[in-house]
Amino acid sequence: MRKLLDAYSPHFADRLALFALLVLVVAALAAPLISPQNPYDLAQLNIADGRLPPGTHAGSDTATGPQHYWLGSDDQGRDMFSAILYGLRISLTVGLSSTLLALAFGLSLGLLAGYFGGWIDTAVMRIADIQLSFPAILIALVLLAVLGQGVGKIITALFAVQWAYYARTARSAALVERNKDYIAAARLLGLSTWRILFRHLLPNCLPPLIVVSALQVASAISLEATLSFLGIGLPITEPSLGLLISTGFQYLMVGDYWISFFPGIALVLLIVSINLVADRLRDVLNPRLQKQ
Amino acid sequence: MTEPLPVLDVSHLSTHFATAKGVVRAVDDVSLRVQSGQILGLVGESGSGKSMTGFSILGLVDPPGKVVAGNVLFKGQNLLTMDPERLRQLRGDRIAMIFQDPMMTLNPVLRIETQMVETLQAHQSISRSLARTRAIEALADVGIPSPAERLSAYPHQFSGGMRQRVAIAIALLNRPDLVIADEPTTALDVTIQGQILALVQRLCRERQTSLIWITHDLSVIAGLADQVAVMYAGRIVESGPVQSVLAAPLHPYTEGLLGAIPALHERGEPLRAIPGATPSLASLPTGCAFADRCPRAFAQCSVPLGETEIAGDAGPRRTRCWLHSPVPAPMPTIQR
Repeated sequence: MRKLLDAYSPHFADRLALFALLVLVVAALAAPLISPQNPYDLAQLNIADGRLPPGTHAGSDTATGPQHYWLGSDDQGRDMFSAILYGLRISLTVGLSSTLLALAFGLSLGLLAGYFGGWIDTAVMRIADIQLSFPAILIALVLLAVLGQGVGKIITALFAVQWAYYARTARSAALVERNKDYIAAARLLGLSTWRILFRHLLPNCLPPLIVVSALQVASAISLEATLSFLGIGLPITEPSLGLLISTGFQYLMVGDYWISFFPGIALVLLIVSINLVADRLRDVLNPRLQKQ
Repeated sequence: MTEPLPVLDVSHLSTHFATAKGVVRAVDDVSLRVQSGQILGLVGESGSGKSMTGFSILGLVDPPGKVVAGNVLFKGQNLLTMDPERLRQLRGDRIAMIFQDPMMTLNPVLRIETQMVETLQAHQSISRSLARTRAIEALADVGIPSPAERLSAYPHQFSGGMRQRVAIAIALLNRPDLVIADEPTTALDVTIQGQILALVQRLCRERQTSLIWITHDLSVIAGLADQVAVMYAGRIVESGPVQSVLAAPLHPYTEGLLGAIPALHERGEPLRAIPGATPSLASLPTGCAFADRCPRAFAQCSVPLGETEIAGDAGPRRTRCWLHSPVPAPMPTIQR
């Protein structure tokens, strides 16, 4: 454990980022257990408890009974702390699953393109180029306008936006690896193409993809927050961090800062810690930077 | 008396690369024949096309390279026109290859066990545990100590020499009829080189496996091979039984190669290098490619020529040189 931590990074900031990320992930996973209120259960909400400042003790007529609203409540009477925990869950689910889907799809296409070359390469890469020439948010907006709201739909939209990055990265890695002798050796051993692609080529192309996907999780999360802030993406009954920020936005001028402020802090913390950890991961997985 | 069907019969094989600078004739009209259990040494300097000959035989030439002419008959079947699926089944099973750099030929992320078992299972339907046993035997055959434990190691846990032994074990796993070894000892130090040579020679003799040993080192060939073929600028300039070729070379290039080997007892004497450099494969002269560097070149050398067969004590020899051509070639007519 100690060794692993040393291999990861000797720096305090990197370790703090890893720690913060772990805390956020655990908090998100354990949200139903540790949050004082289920913000999706309308019976536990009382609209009369809306916009309470942080630290208020209230909520005598809700199903959960009176409680402290340590981070205040939003305009629907949701406890901000609980809403943030559940919002983290959504953000992480959306970020991770869209990234994994896009990784699997983009990686396969990129490997095929890099390994076979020729028209397959041209076709895949031109489609990726066209896709990447549009801003990600535009593609996601159009898709969501067509598909409608919901967690599954936003994952689909983010998947569509992301796959091209993986296809490109996987292709360039595959182009380098495919000319190495061990691939020629594998071909000479009479192994099937399928086996060469996924057993021999894929594991050797993974390191750069791990780094890209770690960074992409962060950008998927912030893209999801952006879309939710714009009011498309997720329904108001299941607020993600972006949606919470967006609802609080209209009360900022009145002085009810907490509705936007705390989810904002959580979002920034999440994205910064993922980025720092991903950055470290890139250095650890880069053999050229090792042992210096 | 008819000769037995050779394991490998390559005739007039040509592999060209279409590049921006023109057509590069990497392999040009190469003919080779390997009998069962025989060891053929393919000698040439860097860039003479010897490795590309090996790749062409195995159908591993990648674009922009292309085999443009010739036949490669493996036990009577033409590998060049064979259906890709049949060819895939032959490779690694009946024909295997050993590469130059043992650091590169084993997949760095897979255990030795995985790589050996999949080689066996790609060609035979045998159980995992049986494949494992066979892999352990194969490792023991190539002299790897405690093979059962080493099976679960990764390639980077082996030294260079040991890794080449593993590569040899994998190549010989399915008991192939033909092994093509592309300079497998160049990346190793001399003592290890000797061990690997002795090992491969013993294993091939025991199993009646034919071997093509590609190298730039004539001294390796002297101790190992039965037949030798010398390549220069994509062509075979001389071939024949190894003793006769080394004792009395026919082609001036072979002579030059033999002369260029520094010997221990000649200490202090200047080394006899062949003057000049290999011509560019993209712009070869019409006649003999060696003519510019040849001490015995004469007018005739600029005329294209084929191979001449000459009877020798130990068997037929062939050379591509006007000095040995029985037909008096027509004098070159006025050129341009």
